[in-house]
Amino acid sequence: MSFETSLNRLEQIATSLDRDDLSLEQSLALFEEGIAQLKEANAALTQAEGRVGQLVEQVDGVLEVRE
Amino acid sequence: MTSPGGSPEQAFTVAEFNELVKAILEGSFDALWIRGEVTNFKAHGNGHWYFTLRDKTAQLSCVVWARDVKRLPAAPDEGMQVMARGRLSVYPARGQMQFMITSLEAEGEGLWRKQFEQTRAALEKDGLLDPARKRAIPLFPRTVAVVTSADGAALHDVVSVIQRRNPLVNVVVVPAAVQGETAPDSLVAAIERVGRWGGADVVIVGRGGGSREDLWAFNDERVARAIAACPVPTISAVGHEVDFSIADLVADLRAATPSAAAEAAVPVLAELQQAVRSLGGTVRGATLRRVRDAAVLLRQRARDLSVRARRATELRRARVQNASGRLEALSPLGTLARGYAVAKGADGRALGRAAAFTPGMPFDLQLHDGLVRAETRDVQPSVVSPISR
Repeated sequence: MSFETSLNRLEQIATSLDRDDLSLEQSLALFEEGIAQLKEANAALTQAEGRVGQLVEQVDGVLEVRE
Repeated sequence: MTSPGGSPEQAFTVAEFNELVKAILEGSFDALWIRGEVTNFKAHGNGHWYFTLRDKTAQLSCVVWARDVKRLPAAPDEGMQVMARGRLSVYPARGQMQFMITSLEAEGEGLWRKQFEQTRAALEKDGLLDPARKRAIPLFPRTVAVVTSADGAALHDVVSVIQRRNPLVNVVVVPAAVQGETAPDSLVAAIERVGRWGGADVVIVGRGGGSREDLWAFNDERVARAIAACPVPTISAVGHEVDFSIADLVADLRAATPSAAAEAAVPVLAELQQAVRSLGGTVRGATLRRVRDAAVLLRQRARDLSVRARRATELRRARVQNASGRLEALSPLGTLARGYAVAKGADGRALGRAAAFTPGMPFDLQLHDGLVRAETRDVQPSVVSPISR
């Protein structure tokens, strides 16, 4: 799942939790999902450093990134 | 001895003369600029252009060979004032002189503007300029492809801006010529490679600033179509100050410079972290509040319930007391308590009538606090019952 998807879902969850028409059970289920999404989003923000490379086309047309 | 052509005997052949004129005229002029008005313009099927340059009193036949046509932005309009650079040539076979044009400029930006508008119209006709086609740039791209010159300042700017903002992002350079005749094909190939590779989340296509001619590849229709066809969201970044390019019109997002494109493509890592933290806080806070609300509600309900239970119990107790009061009032025991007694026979049945007694018959007197053994001495039935009902 992409960071963007996680973040969007988190925003939805935060909005839903602020509504009054949810049962406690629904709230707790949303909370649980929210915590899972938080983990995903945080994982995306703590991954390895990015790299700079160059896209190279080989003779056979295969494309690869060389650093 | 007379000079060639000086006597009938030394007459030139036509070919000889024309060759001579050709040699003299073509040798007399370097490449030069001529200003005039375009008339009788014809674009031939073989790719060459033929037209006449004229002013009020004179005209000059002109040609632009196909290989030079390719370098010109657009064909001049009939009647357009142009400056043409070329060399004079003589065509001996017809005895004509012709101006061979290699570059052509209209007054102001005439030809460039015309080409620009033609390309824009062609793209518009195919729906490629429709704002609805524009895709969103992903919030957090893992990999940014950069189609630009491998040794230009633009690449350096993009890489340094991305690394400063978000060191987690990968940058993949896709080198391309960004000016000169090979630039359009080179850009098209590079953009297609990005799509074929499929590893990029967004692609920046651009170069730093330059003259209008330097930037012209970014107005090329093929480049525009390659950008439009790219499966990866595109950001154009042609470093021009005021004008925009065709690439800008087609790209999903237009940035004024490569640095601005890098900023648009990549969010600041610290801001993302802050956004996630804040959302986490909101989710936790909102949940906690709901749980607390629920707990308050639960206590409230429990209190209500116990109040109701107590009230119901009291109500029942009152009814029981009421009932037992009435019961007591009706019970013979109640009557006994007020001092009356019941006479009972040997079989324990109440003896309610005087006729039930016979002299000497034993019976029991039931009082409220005990039993008294007794014996009948005499029986005197009343004439009238003392208690009439």
